[in-house]
Amino acid sequence: MAEITYRQALHDCLREELLRDESVFLLGEEIGVFEGSYKITAGLLKEFGPKRVVDTPIVENGFVGMATGAAMLGLRPIVEIMTINFIVLAMDQIVNHAAKIYAMFGGQCPIPLVIRTPGGGGQQLAATHSQNLEVWFAHVPGLKVVAPSTPADAKGLLRTSVLDNNPVLFLENLALYNVKGVEPSSDYMVPIGQAKVIKEGTDLTVISYSRMAAVALDVARRMEQENNLSVEVVDLRSLRPLDHETVINSVKKTNRAIVFEEDWRSFGVGAEIAAFVQEEAFDDLDAPIKRVASLEVPLPYSKPLELATLTGAKQLIESINELAPRRRRR
Amino acid sequence: MDIKRKQQADAQGAASVSDQAQPSLPEGEERDTLLNYYYQMVLIRSFEEKAQEMYNKAKIGGYCHLNLGEEATVVGFCNGLEPGDYVYTNYREHGYAICRGISPNAVMAELFGKETGCSHGRGGSMHLFDLERHFMGGYAIVGGQIPLATGASFAIAYRGSSEVVACQMGDGTTNTGAFHESLNLAKIYQLPIIYFVVNNQYGMGLRVDQGSAVGELYRKACAYDMQSWRVDGTDVLAVRDAMSNAVKIAREKHEPSLIEAVSFRFRGHSVVDPDRYRDREEVQKERSEHDPITAFAERLKAAGYLDEQGLLAIEERAQQDVDASVKFADESPFPSVEKFMHGLQEYVYAPDDAAVKGK
Repeated sequence: MAEITYRQALHDCLREELLRDESVFLLGEEIGVFEGSYKITAGLLKEFGPKRVVDTPIVENGFVGMATGAAMLGLRPIVEIMTINFIVLAMDQIVNHAAKIYAMFGGQCPIPLVIRTPGGGGQQLAATHSQNLEVWFAHVPGLKVVAPSTPADAKGLLRTSVLDNNPVLFLENLALYNVKGVEPSSDYMVPIGQAKVIKEGTDLTVISYSRMAAVALDVARRMEQENNLSVEVVDLRSLRPLDHETVINSVKKTNRAIVFEEDWRSFGVGAEIAAFVQEEAFDDLDAPIKRVASLEVPLPYSKPLELATLTGAKQLIESINELAPRRRRR
Repeated sequence: MDIKRKQQADAQGAASVSDQAQPSLPEGEERDTLLNYYYQMVLIRSFEEKAQEMYNKAKIGGYCHLNLGEEATVVGFCNGLEPGDYVYTNYREHGYAICRGISPNAVMAELFGKETGCSHGRGGSMHLFDLERHFMGGYAIVGGQIPLATGASFAIAYRGSSEVVACQMGDGTTNTGAFHESLNLAKIYQLPIIYFVVNNQYGMGLRVDQGSAVGELYRKACAYDMQSWRVDGTDVLAVRDAMSNAVKIAREKHEPSLIEAVSFRFRGHSVVDPDRYRDREEVQKERSEHDPITAFAERLKAAGYLDEQGLLAIEERAQQDVDASVKFADESPFPSVEKFMHGLQEYVYAPDDAAVKGK
């Protein structure tokens, strides 16, 4: 089966959408002449010209608002924010405007807007260039938030995001761009709000998203071979709307769950999932839900400190060993 | 104001409404057009006074900001545009909405929170909207409307159609990042937009010269190599002509520009503001000497277009329209709570249906 990188999957989908619909255009910092900080948009300016691939100055609030205004008139902008850390400068336009306009004006004006942006740490980029701020957006009604972990889902979710009539925050991850996976068919679509069991198992469930879902899958496979543990992995893929059903079904099967996220622990995805699982499936739980997340500090630069701060496979393995049913523990 | 501050303010070009009497009406103006401007100005005055009354009776909730004293600015702004042009405003927008063709009924109903309101009771006073009339919203975050309006003009340029966007804002807004970012974007992309600053001399309670390093706000546009003008906001024709000129430049040359209309707020920032930071006498003086409606009435009379009787007839018509809007709003139903509770997702998210695409 043909393989493709996460980067290539995004690039191909952007290109296909530009070809498919004249009202789709790209804008962001350094996406044209420079071909994108992470080269997702390489070659697109040359192919589609400056009308469809718009280089913007460094004005996140300005160009996100401009994209939202263009969406109000029916265009379908796809914004690239260089990294999620810079999205903070555009919060007013995203939270107070893009997320509100449809409801606040009585359903008269949809906002078909996609904001693509990579998050994540581990590249020694220190405190202001390594954050995972997606939960801020997942908190806001009016936004949708998706966070694919594989090239196929990246392509399938980007396509549905472009077709959606609402503002979608499309979360990427720096460490996923070079990851390879199965190339999906050209019409592959992933519905927003649908999680996926990416590995079946019976002993416990690991719930994750974006890069950590890929790490969880690796860990689960390894532990199955090495430790004879059967770990189920649920890749959320979307944070808002959040697919309760897939998570609950898995917990009902395994009776134990870990939420694994690269973000800080407090007020995070783990907190949200632990809350709704105990609300909806308390009697099915054999143990408290565990949260595996990063230390709650601004991420340090120095490599040993960075490694100590970020969560990863090691922390997940420890947590699985703690939570696994006793009969399975070694 | 103490003398030192006054001198400072003058040196910075702080605005005040001109003490010169407004000029006699120019040749070549259609009588019906002028009388319609007068009607629109009086309608806004009556509507806003009624809104204050209804707020006091608790028919209207939340914040409520009135256009009292700014009628010539509002009517001049709206009449410099063509019907298909797009308008974005701030939260002090009742008059703009009415003047752009949203019926007073739908505006009053919105203030009352009724289903028949122009935003179906979801937005209230600060969030009036009508897609069909290209009234693209009142916005309550200071400066929030400016990037959006810039984006609307981007869409027009992208499609190659001939409309323009007019983006209204207050004086305090010219200090925000959104203002400066947007002007820069409009200039580098050559967008058909008019930024329209209503300088009513106070951002809530802060005088313009206390909040802005540059008192002549129109000069801020020069940082973006953009044409700009200051105009007397109490003179409806001066405002309209400035708008028409800027609209022509935007439509024909795709050049953005900026207008500063110097105006005066008759009352506090909002209906609940007792206005203690302004000198009573100053306010009274402005109100009696620079009432844009009185000034325009004098010009109409002097030109022989209308006598006292005619003025009264127009005022009565406006009052009737406002009274009818209250009756309509009163009798309209509130949005259904049941429907709301059973369709929260439908309330928040647009359906995935090409038919609902914005225009």
